[in-house]
Amino acid sequence: AEVEETLKRIQAHKGVIATIVVNGEGIPIRTTLDNSTTVQYAGLLHQLTMKARSTVRDIDPQNELTFLRIRSKKHEIMVAPDKEYLLIVIQNPCE
Amino acid sequence: IGHPEIFPLVFTTKTQEIFNCRVDEDVTEENCFKLIKKEDIIQDLKTRATISDFHPVKKVVLEYPGEELLVVFDAKFQYGQNFYFVASEEAKENLLKPPETAEEKDDDKEEENREETLEVHPYKPPVHKPWVSLGSEKEVEEESVKDTATKIKYMISRVRRKFGAPITFTDKNASHVKDSYVECTSYQDKTFSIKMLEKDVGVQMVPKVREASTQTKWTYPKNAATQYFPRQLSNEEKEESLSSEKLKEFLTSVHLRMEIALQQNEIMNAFFDDWKALAEDESSSGGKPDVYLKAYQSFTDLRYLKDRTISCICWHPTIYGIIAVSARVWLSYEEQVNLSDKSLLQQSVILFWSFFDPIHPQLMLECPEDIYCFQFSPSDPNIIAGGCINGQVMLWDISQHEEKLQNAKTVADGIKVTAVNMVNASILNILQYIYMSPSLMQVQQSSTEPPLVRYCAVSSIQNSHKKPVTDIHWLPDYFEDNRMGATFENRAEICVQLVTCSPDCSILFWDIPATKLPEQPSSEKVKEEEIFCMPPDVPDTFKHLDLCWKPVIKINLRKSDTNTEYSPVRISLKELHYHYKTSEKVQSLNTLEVPAKDNPYTEMSTPSSKNLKVLENISTDFFVGTEVSENNRLLMKILNQDIQKTEQLNNRKHTQKYTIHTETINTLQRSPFFKDVVLSVGGQNFAIWKEGVTNGPILQSSCSAGRYTAGQWSLTRPGVFFIGRDDGNIDIWDLLRKTHEPSHFQNISESMITFISPWIASPKQHFLAVSDGLGVLHVLEICQTLSHPSRNE
Repeated sequence: AEVEETLKRIQAHKGVIATIVVNGEGIPIRTTLDNSTTVQYAGLLHQLTMKARSTVRDIDPQNELTFLRIRSKKHEIMVAPDKEYLLIVIQNPCE
Repeated sequence: IGHPEIFPLVFTTKTQEIFNCRVDEDVTEENCFKLIKKEDIIQDLKTRATISDFHPVKKVVLEYPGEELLVVFDAKFQYGQNFYFVASEEAKENLLKPPETAEEKDDDKEEENREETLEVHPYKPPVHKPWVSLGSEKEVEEESVKDTATKIKYMISRVRRKFGAPITFTDKNASHVKDSYVECTSYQDKTFSIKMLEKDVGVQMVPKVREASTQTKWTYPKNAATQYFPRQLSNEEKEESLSSEKLKEFLTSVHLRMEIALQQNEIMNAFFDDWKALAEDESSSGGKPDVYLKAYQSFTDLRYLKDRTISCICWHPTIYGIIAVSARVWLSYEEQVNLSDKSLLQQSVILFWSFFDPIHPQLMLECPEDIYCFQFSPSDPNIIAGGCINGQVMLWDISQHEEKLQNAKTVADGIKVTAVNMVNASILNILQYIYMSPSLMQVQQSSTEPPLVRYCAVSSIQNSHKKPVTDIHWLPDYFEDNRMGATFENRAEICVQLVTCSPDCSILFWDIPATKLPEQPSSEKVKEEEIFCMPPDVPDTFKHLDLCWKPVIKINLRKSDTNTEYSPVRISLKELHYHYKTSEKVQSLNTLEVPAKDNPYTEMSTPSSKNLKVLENISTDFFVGTEVSENNRLLMKILNQDIQKTEQLNNRKHTQKYTIHTETINTLQRSPFFKDVVLSVGGQNFAIWKEGVTNGPILQSSCSAGRYTAGQWSLTRPGVFFIGRDDGNIDIWDLLRKTHEPSHFQNISESMITFISPWIASPKQHFLAVSDGLGVLHVLEICQTLSHPSRNE
């Protein structure tokens, strides 16, 4: 399906370690990691995204969150939020 | 000027002449008064009109009542001009007469402006005058006290008889008696009050603040814990949501953003801290220049290594601190060749040393002849393959002693020593693949002797090399060559193939068929003939191949056209990814390098011993380092097809010859970092080659005084390699620092260095094992600057 194809394309990018699709309640729907790690990522990032979204709204009600990027020493976590779902991609940026 | 009667005037000379008041003639300072007739002034006014000096005071003059006017010469310019004109009679009189009457008139109100010279008034007694009332009687009268009202007199009388009795007077308040007085009380008269209808009032609100505190009592301290597990969707739910429309929309809207972000990361790392990276380089390179190899340990054994030199060193791939050395008698080439049919008096061994026991070797592998080179099998460190002087290849299996080696700390006490079973190399060896089984004879010896392991397979003589096996390598475990010469992937992930080379112009590929587990009885293999029954202690690992080992492929490096033969001395395999019991799968690239030697007999004076150096790359990319003694030729042959058959092989050679080294190549090694860079050491120089660069080495050292006898790349730093010389020195070359001379050299021993082998035992400990001609094995610790690569090296 298209869904598959899109996800595969994202996964095929250079350096991508994992891809997770999370629904509106924070439950992972689709993942390329093992279960425990997926669940951990989904729960934590879901809460963080909610917080970020409400922060942006509080500052300016006309504004809304489009993308969230967390850069750490080892890799980068990218979260693309939407109304009902969340797409999480973990990438290792090469130098 | 405050005096209404005084008018300052300016008298011109003409006027002065007319009126005879010329300055300093008629009128002087003392005699400053001049009376001028009024008619004269009027006359002058008429004649001269405005020119007349009296013009400003014309009006005053006309109104002047008297006949004569006074003009006073003002020498001191009191009034601003040199003359002044007095406008009134009275003032005139006063001016004329004031000096005489000044002190008599005290309360003269006319202010005459006389000079400030004080005059001393003579004293005159007061003259009695009649009193003039000035109104003071009234004041006196007002101040005096008089009775305004007549005083009321009361006469009170009493009866005579109370005369003289005491009387008391009391007071009585008048208000107590009614109607004794009349008063007029005040009352508020409404007509005079103002009603306030609107008022501006300010109000402040203050919150009432009160402080209060409470304390709670925790009666039962109790730990509480919650256990939770994450919600998860079941598979059907997942399927359902995956196929929902919403998800599709979501993904279409989101994936663009995601891809942009991913690409950004791929392009460059925005957070790379250049400053920090620079600092790391500085700290490592600007540090101490004392590059050194610290002597860690040295091993020697008097019994077995007497008069011997170490020919090859190998570190045990998995067990820390175990190193094996093979010894051989150091002979010149002629003697070496002639020795092949002599039996040696002393047995030849491979000794295993452990770091923890520098005196006693841990294990000894018995060999029928001197071993020139040996290698641990990468897939199973208990299998060791070695090549003998006489051209045979043998195998050992030390799995029985593996545990012992691992516990090498415990020095051998009560270890059964197995006696040596001298197997004469010239015993018939069947051509087939022979597994050598270590024979543990029952001859017990003293417990301090290390156990001796007998070989469990030896190759057949007929099919072995005719000359000493100079190099032996295990082929990487992910491909093997079959009999037809095609290389294919080896699924078993164990190293099963060997390649050996020898100066007899041949390169042999040996195959170890997949061995069954040693526990299994190899009963069906027993059928394959065994000439002698193995001693019972010998493990059966390679039993079925014992004495009947035959090479799979034999490559004969003879060039048919020029009748040159190549004598390979060293082989360098391209894909030396040895996986020591790890489960990595590497794509096979099918590259092997076999250094071969060339033996152009035609140009040799002595037929047998001189070998040419030839490098030959056989199809799967061999680098062959050959031995050239006279003609210094180094030949590289690259064959780009698979090895089909041995005969065809010889025809499809793409030969490249390079003559660089003066003598035998004694080391040919690929850089562990770059797969196509090769270091070759031989004679008096060494060179670094790169595959594909066909016009010569990319780096060649100048001829040095002594001979280079050994060389190895450093395992951790791509630009560092070690060269051993024949005077016992080790040159450490750091290509990043200097390329024309070694960056450091150090003397290790007095005799010649025969072999160098670096090893990484732990991330902090890097060792370099160096063996010298006296049979001593030195283990040196590589200091950190040599072992740790700098950034981006």
